[in-house]
Amino acid sequence: MQGLFTDAFLTSLVFGAISAGIPLLLAGLGEQVSEKAGVLNIGIEGMMLAGAYVGFVAAFYSSSLWLGFAGGAAGGAAVALVMALLCVRHGLNQIVVGIALTLGVEGLTALLHHFQFGRTYPRLDAATSLPIPVLADIPILGPALFDRHPIVYVAIAMVAVMAFVYRRTNLGLDLQAAGDKPAALDVAGVDVVTTRTVAVLATGVMAGVGGAFMANIGAGLFIPFMTGGAGFIGIVLAMLARGRPLWVLAGALIFGACLSMTTALQVAGVNIPTDVIQMLPFAAVMAVLVIFGRRASLPAALGLPYVRGAR
Amino acid sequence: MSVETADTAPRGADNGRRGERSAALTRILLLSIAPILAALVIAGGILLALGVDPLAYYGFVLERGLFNGLGLQQTLTRMAPLLLLAASLIVAFRAGIWNLGIDGQFLLAAVAAGALAPALIGTLPGWLTLVVCFVAAAAVGALWSVVPALLRAYQGVNEIITSLMMTFLGVSLANVLVKLLFLDPGTTVPQTRTLPVADRLPRLLDTTVSSGLLIGLVAVIAVHLMMTKTAFGLKLRVVGANPRAAVHAGLPVAKLTVAVFAISAALAGLAGAVEILGVHGNVRADWNPAYGLAVVPLVFLARLNGFAAIAYVFAFSVLSIGGESAARRLGVPHFFTLVLMAIILILLAVVEYVDHKRRAAGKA
Amino acid sequence: MALRPVPRLELSDVTKAYGSLVAVDGVSLAVAPGEVHAVLGENGAGKSTLMKILYGVVQADAGRVMWNGEPVTIATPTAARRLGIGMVFQHFSLFPSLTVLENLVVSLPAGRSAAAIAAAATALAGQHGLAVDLRRTVDTLSVGERQRVEIVRCLLQDPRLIILDEPTSVLTPQAVEELFALLRALAASGCSILYVSHKLHEVRALCDSATILRRGRVVDRVDPRGETDASLAERMLGSVVPPPPRRAGAAAVRDRLVLRGLDRPADTPHAVALRAIDLAVRAGEILGIAGIDGNGQKQLAEAIAGQRAASAGSVLVEGKPVDRLDVGARTRAGLRYLTDDRLSEGTVGTFPISLNLLLKRIGAAPYWSGGVERPHEIATHAEELVKRYDVRTPSIETPIGKLSGGNIQKVLLARELADGARVVVFNKPTYGLDVQNIRASRRRIRDIAGQGIAVLLISTELDELIELSDRIAVMARGRLAGIVGNDEGARLRVGELMIGAAS
Repeated sequence: MQGLFTDAFLTSLVFGAISAGIPLLLAGLGEQVSEKAGVLNIGIEGMMLAGAYVGFVAAFYSSSLWLGFAGGAAGGAAVALVMALLCVRHGLNQIVVGIALTLGVEGLTALLHHFQFGRTYPRLDAATSLPIPVLADIPILGPALFDRHPIVYVAIAMVAVMAFVYRRTNLGLDLQAAGDKPAALDVAGVDVVTTRTVAVLATGVMAGVGGAFMANIGAGLFIPFMTGGAGFIGIVLAMLARGRPLWVLAGALIFGACLSMTTALQVAGVNIPTDVIQMLPFAAVMAVLVIFGRRASLPAALGLPYVRGAR
Repeated sequence: MSVETADTAPRGADNGRRGERSAALTRILLLSIAPILAALVIAGGILLALGVDPLAYYGFVLERGLFNGLGLQQTLTRMAPLLLLAASLIVAFRAGIWNLGIDGQFLLAAVAAGALAPALIGTLPGWLTLVVCFVAAAAVGALWSVVPALLRAYQGVNEIITSLMMTFLGVSLANVLVKLLFLDPGTTVPQTRTLPVADRLPRLLDTTVSSGLLIGLVAVIAVHLMMTKTAFGLKLRVVGANPRAAVHAGLPVAKLTVAVFAISAALAGLAGAVEILGVHGNVRADWNPAYGLAVVPLVFLARLNGFAAIAYVFAFSVLSIGGESAARRLGVPHFFTLVLMAIILILLAVVEYVDHKRRAAGKA
Repeated sequence: MALRPVPRLELSDVTKAYGSLVAVDGVSLAVAPGEVHAVLGENGAGKSTLMKILYGVVQADAGRVMWNGEPVTIATPTAARRLGIGMVFQHFSLFPSLTVLENLVVSLPAGRSAAAIAAAATALAGQHGLAVDLRRTVDTLSVGERQRVEIVRCLLQDPRLIILDEPTSVLTPQAVEELFALLRALAASGCSILYVSHKLHEVRALCDSATILRRGRVVDRVDPRGETDASLAERMLGSVVPPPPRRAGAAAVRDRLVLRGLDRPADTPHAVALRAIDLAVRAGEILGIAGIDGNGQKQLAEAIAGQRAASAGSVLVEGKPVDRLDVGARTRAGLRYLTDDRLSEGTVGTFPISLNLLLKRIGAAPYWSGGVERPHEIATHAEELVKRYDVRTPSIETPIGKLSGGNIQKVLLARELADGARVVVFNKPTYGLDVQNIRASRRRIRDIAGQGIAVLLISTELDELIELSDRIAVMARGRLAGIVGNDEGARLRVGELMIGAAS
């Protein structure tokens, strides 16, 4: 087996782990915001897929990846807006609406793609990278981490941004309080519905950008149903990270590495069926939940709508 | 959208409350039908935007799924696995458990039945082969729910996530099994060996309708009676409606949770077996009809009532069979059915919410 | 006229209805600067609703609010705070997963830095003896400490009027004295205080004036210092309360319920563990368990009733150990438990009364036969109990969640006392009930003890324990601190045991 760990294999593995991990990171960070504020956002899979589709279409017609990411953010936020309106503002069942939104976006994006492109799957040009001087020359890590499209740097920077928001800002405290004891937050003079709406929209934006990343950078094209459970993995990451953004990053990279195994092993000349490889991240999630299940923590008011003045 | 709806309905005969009950019935019907009609209109708008005449589309769907003899027989055959999945979800949801792993349970059980049946048919009599396959499928389905069940029962891990993960795992594992382990060497298409048509589930009378339909109907009705008339069903409903009260009353909540998962997943497994033994005869690689998540909205529409579920499963089957024909003829992919179901589900949630508000206001 | 100062707060004809229930009906009251004003009334008299209106949590349907002589509308809690109204809540409104300092930051208007808030809180703490560790998360604090945080938070906003809603229900008698000293000092500095309570002696000890509410209306305004408990109670309830007959000591000598060295580890890091509980209750005896809420009373009740197994020790009913029996089997053995959490634990709100009456016996004959329910037997059983326990309900099929608290309690009494009760554990049996139902429940407890049933009565209301018990045990931090006979000095000794065990 010594021959397996060549530079080519490792470079491909780390590169792939980042490529596959960034959407999971964004999904996980996004879901973390909602969960902190007490919303179990099952609709995140739909938000990612909407982001992937709108992001791809925007990038395809504008030939600008940045417009693509803006489109992805808008697509994710649009689905999140529906979720916020129904579940946060009016207190509808978060799980039912989440499932419905995911189903609906799956159907709608597949339908729209069909009417737009028929059975063709046009590709975007490969993303141009922004190498960071010196760092990009480190072997193995350099090309994987420091010679990428800037959105990769932005996504990783989000970890620090979110940590700052949670630790140092009033908004961060409000979010946590909204998940902890919404009625008390209301009495403290902070509007719970607004706080949670902000949280759900933030989830939509991050998940949407994550989806657009999958389509525009990861695959270079849009395929119906392409998110394939990435949003749900994001939910698990958020559950296990217990409110800490850095843990979401760690989890996203581990799962990203699982997902990128196929390509890396093919580079190394090992042939394992794709289906086996595709099981890896989900098997890893289950293994982690079996081991750490008891410690996966969720806020007290998670999943419960907040209705002001309810007696 | 609540599990409790069914339990707040008056139990037993209440003399002199006829008028009240029929008013309640009208309300329920209105609540069930209004979102469907509204969804058809909205979805029609989407079709129109895509340049398809919605009336022609709906007409074609009804013609192919309902009025055409062959189409109707296909519709009735399609109901079989959906009814079993509905039964599976009714048990779980009434007990307050979100078993969203039914697609994985369905698929792996289908592979089990598909692999076992052709292997046994030479050595065992036909009926016994079918029975063994059903038992095996139920067992495989139940087995695939063990991890989420134990995690939920003893560690309190949210079963929505774990059961969804098991579905993703199950879909891939089913493919691995079909391609590597149970591959039929006789064909170039990657699939399991095919059960001869003569050895499949018998057809009903002179039709092409699979007798799986009867199995499905029996399962839904049995589950409905179990949940509403037996002590076991009542215990499950207590766990579903108020888990803390269940603990207080001394119910073994963890064991009941595992039991609910096992029953629900076994029924999902039976659905897989019915589909393979009744319709396809083999499992192809990458085959995944994803019936499970489509049935979720149906059982909610039915308010977890078994008889209502039969009606909604029928309507959905018409839509689904007609939609597949329409995909071939009118060029509207069957994804459209997904969109329609999502709209129905959201509108249903909205209508329930509005009704709840209105009744709360009326009472005040 | 110029001699009379402008009231800090003046309400006129404030009304608030929930549907057909008029919770607050044309209430007027005035509080002067530096005045300690009691709002006195039974549960359900409208006190809490009135305070929510004042604090902007709920909007009044009609009426006028004047603040320092100016008409104001208080639309939100923020508006209330901006005026200078602060509130200390009965059910704490702190965020358990945040630290004390973070709790203060969330609740105070934006613009004050965390460091400034910390400095101000420390200064206040020094001034009033309200020491709290700002870095601890709230879920690690005791109830008394949480109340201190609530008070600090309230004072940080420099309020001119403080509302306290039943603040003493979680405190030891000695801590109550400290709280009163603090309130008197605040009043002396010119701050007005609205003190909401149904405890007569506290109101007499603390307040300058009292507004008495009954069924949402003001029925009287008095100077409580010139009243007795009896005269205040009469004004509050509308009729003279007969002093309850003193119970004769239990005659029987056989121990009906015995606990030997009962241990149980804490379920969560912040929960209470039970340690070496030994006690015995004789047939016909009422043994009270006093203690501040959250000191292991619930764990004790559940270890006896079987919801949680003890890790060591033994529970004996009539000499026979029941440790290996589950809840159902203990119920059949005559061991019954009335939970304090009637709605979210004792009943399934959406289920009909008939099924709730059988919740602990699902599957038992004759109501089920071979696992299939027999609607006629279930209905007959329910009809009989509903009649015997005077449950006011349209039908036995009515979902129990639609009944009033008092009627739900009657259903629970019916369920637990029916068919051969030998030992009954009551956990806060009158919590949240109105005065009629409190009296009925207490009478019922006395009656069943009179029939020879052994009663373990857990309560946080010392008055209730004194009224009903033969002996009173004090529970603190999961241990029994001691058992005292219910005689003249009981109140004092129970208080001492609470404090001694707490420190």
